[in-house]
Amino acid sequence: MINNTYMVEVKGARKAYGALEVLKGIDLCVARGQIIAIIGPSGSGKSTLLRSINHLEVLNDGEVWLDGEQVNRPLKGRAYEQHINAVRQQMGMVFQHFNLFPHLTVYENIALGPLKLKGLTKKAARELALEYLAKVGLADKFDEYPSRLSGGQKQRVAIARALAMQPKVMLFDEATSALDPELVEEVNLVMKQLAAENMTMLIVTHEMRFAGEVADRIIFMDGGVVVEEGAPGEILQNPVQERTRSFLKKHLHNS
Amino acid sequence: MQSLDLSIVTPYSEMLAMGLWWTLIMFVTSSVVSLLAGIAFALIVLYAPKVVALPVRFMTWLLMGTPLLLQLYVIYYGLVQVGIDIPAPVAGIIGLSLHFAVYNADVIRAGVVSVDPGQIEGARSIGLSRGQTQCYVIVPQALRRTLAPLGNNLIVLLKDTSLVSMIGIAELVYSAQLAVSETYSPFEFYLTVAVIYYAANLVLEAGLHLLEKKVEMSR
Repeated sequence: MINNTYMVEVKGARKAYGALEVLKGIDLCVARGQIIAIIGPSGSGKSTLLRSINHLEVLNDGEVWLDGEQVNRPLKGRAYEQHINAVRQQMGMVFQHFNLFPHLTVYENIALGPLKLKGLTKKAARELALEYLAKVGLADKFDEYPSRLSGGQKQRVAIARALAMQPKVMLFDEATSALDPELVEEVNLVMKQLAAENMTMLIVTHEMRFAGEVADRIIFMDGGVVVEEGAPGEILQNPVQERTRSFLKKHLHNS
Repeated sequence: MQSLDLSIVTPYSEMLAMGLWWTLIMFVTSSVVSLLAGIAFALIVLYAPKVVALPVRFMTWLLMGTPLLLQLYVIYYGLVQVGIDIPAPVAGIIGLSLHFAVYNADVIRAGVVSVDPGQIEGARSIGLSRGQTQCYVIVPQALRRTLAPLGNNLIVLLKDTSLVSMIGIAELVYSAQLAVSETYSPFEFYLTVAVIYYAANLVLEAGLHLLEKKVEMSR
């Protein structure tokens, strides 16, 4: 399999909502253990691209591959369900608004997937949940409900919930955009820790500084296309394209 | 004018207890069935293909648009005519369950819709199927949000079990009627029965209140 060399591969991704084209043919390759930051103005299509990788957005055209397996296979009905559920178990997704389950405790949030999908025993699931909670520094919140946590803590639990499925890749969709400024750092630290452990990550973010620190490669998107991509130093310090320059000028000034 | 003499009720206490027993059987079974069927109807109306959803919506319209008493008559007396002979208690449970299922379904449907779509995405992104997502994430939240209106439906259901007396089930009201026909003391018996209903509802309300408190903490 040719695709096996990449953990994630997107080929010619196109997506339109009616007449509005959001993705105009995107190609993207992510190597094993690579960390990609996707930046760009609102409406540039970066979130749509990320969400299409685990098929929360359905592409009109193009292919998405995960570790040698096509994600958006043209299946129908039950076969599609089984396929996509199996694929999604291998991808962790972290959302801007956490999407924790408010009626479940922190432990139950993390253990739900492993219990129902991987057939873990209660005991094994407890241990697993505790392990990942400790990893994000929240072992003491095991039996709390999400409503008792701060935004930063909620997001760290959400990361632990995704990690507990032991995914091959982690997708972060503006994971710190909804947080108070003083809570951003604790989430960024967890993400940096994951990066140090060679987790493959795709990070959609508005934080240029964080993107520069953590990413191996930065992709700048605008108007549904990749305008420019390269090493953080190149993109953030010496962008070639005018669109990248004006975007960064605005953004680096603001932050 | 006759004066109120509650001692006349005492010899009939066993009969009234049997009546209460039947009222509780009707209430408990119908509330469980109407809740489960309500969840099913709500999900069908929301997510099932039209071939399935339309008949359920038609049934909803029919059951909401006609009196429960009439529905009980149709199920118990009417269906015999086409060869379907259902024992009275079963007919009573079916009638009550269906009638309250459509009201519960309406409440639950609104509850499901009110759950943040991000919850579905959160669940699906882990790899949970549609069914698992509903079962473990959406419906539990919808039920918590709709506890108060569902509780109101239960209180109405408890009182409306009295209607099955009209198809010959010896629940509380029926038992009281029997006692009245022997003693000619309607006031004493109907008053006693009213107190029993009121007490039962107090217990039910207290239970619902406890449940709401418990759920509030987990939100």
